[in-house]
Amino acid sequence: MEKRLLSGDEAVALAARDAGIALGTGYPGTPSTEILEAFGALGGRAQWAPNEKVALEVGLGAAFGGGRALVTMKHVGLNVAADPLFTAAYTGVTGALVVVTADDPGMASSQNEQDNRRYAIAAGLPMLSPADPQEAYDYFFRAVELSERWSLPVLFRMTTRVCHSKALVASRATPMTPRAPSFVRDIPGRVMVPAFARPAHRKLRAKLAEIATFGDASDLHTVTEGSRDLGIITDGVCALHAAEASPGASFFKIGLVHPLPIERLRAFAAGVKRCVVIEESDPVIAEALRAAGIAVESKPEAFRFGELDVARVRRILARDLSPEPPLPRGKPPELCAACPYHPVFAALRKLDCIVAGDIGCYTLGVMEPYRALDTCVAMGASIGVGLGLRHVLPADQARRVVSIIGDSTFIHSGVSGIMEMVYNPPELGHVVIVLDNGITAMTGQQEHPGTGRTLEHQATGKISIEGLARAMGIDTAILDPFANPAGFATLLAEKLATPRLSLIVARRPCVLAAADIRGWEKAAEATRAAQACCPGAVPEDA
Amino acid sequence: MSTTVTNVILAGLGGQGVIKASDILADAAVRAGFDVKKAEVHGMSQRGGSVTSDVRFGVKVLSPMIPRGEADFLVVLSPSEVVVTRPLLRPGGVLFAPDFVPEAELVNKRSLNVALLGALSAYLDIPERIFLEAVRAALAERLHAVNEQAFQQGRARAAKAGAAALGKRQ
Ligand SMILES: Cc1ncc(C[n+]2csc(CCOP(=O)(O)OP(=O)(O)O)c2C)c(N)n1
Repeated sequence: MEKRLLSGDEAVALAARDAGIALGTGYPGTPSTEILEAFGALGGRAQWAPNEKVALEVGLGAAFGGGRALVTMKHVGLNVAADPLFTAAYTGVTGALVVVTADDPGMASSQNEQDNRRYAIAAGLPMLSPADPQEAYDYFFRAVELSERWSLPVLFRMTTRVCHSKALVASRATPMTPRAPSFVRDIPGRVMVPAFARPAHRKLRAKLAEIATFGDASDLHTVTEGSRDLGIITDGVCALHAAEASPGASFFKIGLVHPLPIERLRAFAAGVKRCVVIEESDPVIAEALRAAGIAVESKPEAFRFGELDVARVRRILARDLSPEPPLPRGKPPELCAACPYHPVFAALRKLDCIVAGDIGCYTLGVMEPYRALDTCVAMGASIGVGLGLRHVLPADQARRVVSIIGDSTFIHSGVSGIMEMVYNPPELGHVVIVLDNGITAMTGQQEHPGTGRTLEHQATGKISIEGLARAMGIDTAILDPFANPAGFATLLAEKLATPRLSLIVARRPCVLAAADIRGWEKAAEATRAAQACCPGAVPEDA
Repeated sequence: MSTTVTNVILAGLGGQGVIKASDILADAAVRAGFDVKKAEVHGMSQRGGSVTSDVRFGVKVLSPMIPRGEADFLVVLSPSEVVVTRPLLRPGGVLFAPDFVPEAELVNKRSLNVALLGALSAYLDIPERIFLEAVRAALAERLHAVNEQAFQQGRARAAKAGAAALGKRQ
């Protein structure tokens, strides 16, 4: 088989196709976004969900139905999906469910650097940790096998350097054939009322014990005999940094990071004079080994922060605690010169607003010359945070609080904030601005339910942002801030002056996406028109 | 074919074609029969921020990232990024700054990335013919002529200014 240069994301997409994945769903998030895009391009059924929780639930349903499902998200997406995830560990699955979490140590484009290996422990799910694109491809099949063999969702942990590095990948000659989905009723297995959940929890723990035994003997772990003076225990891309930093050492490369092959690791550690755990982010493996009474060296605290590379691994091994040279600090990203958000930030600045912000390109409004963003915590948080501020601040400050949120983020998790606003309105009202640039721009221009086009830009049902807001009783105005900057500033000032609840949709397409959107929309319109004349049509404004 | 790994960093700003250039280089190295790895962080690259891409090739490559200060070659597309990325180059490594191929000499300014690849190619163990195959494979046909020309301009400059280029070694 000829090898091809693929990114880890592309390798997972190819594996998903070759493994007979019936449905791939997720929500965009760097560095995971390209998986579903590539899966769709390969002919797979790939779709964006409004958020990660819904994606996981759709994947779970597909797997209850006996299908093989793939769900993708960035690390923080798993926080959103955590609720169904933990109980899906109890229900288990009938087909296969592989959940990709793409962690971002060093925060190349994220708001935190949480280590999702902790989720595997907390939820009680097996987790695979590939080191490079070839392993991402190969392990994906193992994940499907594990999932079907133990009827459990399997977590697939990638990191920025696994997702976005390219390397040569050999693919399988023969694809895996899935069973045909079919519903089999299993009420005690899938209805998690306490009476059924109690035995389900015990069953989960029993499965994990079995998987631990399986893992102890599994070739998912690779041991390389080298010097007895130094043994290195490692996982993911760190294994490659470590092999390069210390080619003569003995290695235990962990492929299945949960449950850990504790007894094999104990034997490995006992066989070397010095045993060091090389892992990125939190000392998850080191803590587990120490708790099991295995004497290992963990990295110094300084190496919990940021990603590792060969040079940092050398330092850890040399116990070198001298200050590290700073990373090159290049030019930070900024709003595009013709971005429709400029007049919005100019108005927020001019009116001296207190801005509860959110996550997207518009987070860049925090930069000079505007510095018009006062908070950014999690997707959707702008609305709740803005309301909280309004509730407690003195009137002269409360009046100036505005929540700003992007269109994709509004659909993702802003809508529940609007419900809160209607239900618990601040005394002086509140103003929400939805920055509707018609696309999920930040992550590279993905569609979402508000665009009315699917992942592959085909016409589908469309959620109206103003329709939702008006249905909840919010006074809603729509304006193109770029075409009419002065009008936008006046409108904002007016809304701030009233004690009512209001929402402004600042609508103008993203400059980077505008031409593409026009093209997709033209094709989508044609489809809608054709369907409108026939039964089973997709409604234009569903 | 030497057994050591060749480390090339390409740097510039979003929209300059850094990733495209590194894709071409990586593809050329694959076509030449090397093991290749490539790493970059491109989360926000479309918003005009700094972009760097590491390309490593040799008989066997382990880490996808070039250890800091160990790049053999540094190809920089934007003047503002030269100072920032210079510490990534090893002592004795070769820097190709954006003015290595004067913009005025290019038919299309946007092919600076390919022109600098041409300059770099003069130093690498990859045949010119293979490099050009990779350039063509990565670009739409209407861009072939302009970019092949840019590649040749860069390569000729590197050959001619071989001594001068060596003088630029850090
Ligand atoms: C829970 C979660 N999922 C995904 C992401 C990645 N992400 C950051 S911003 C964003 C959406 C941005 O789209 P939009 O709100 O339309 O704003 P725009 O970038 O278009 O301005 C996404 C998906 C995240 N930070 N958190």
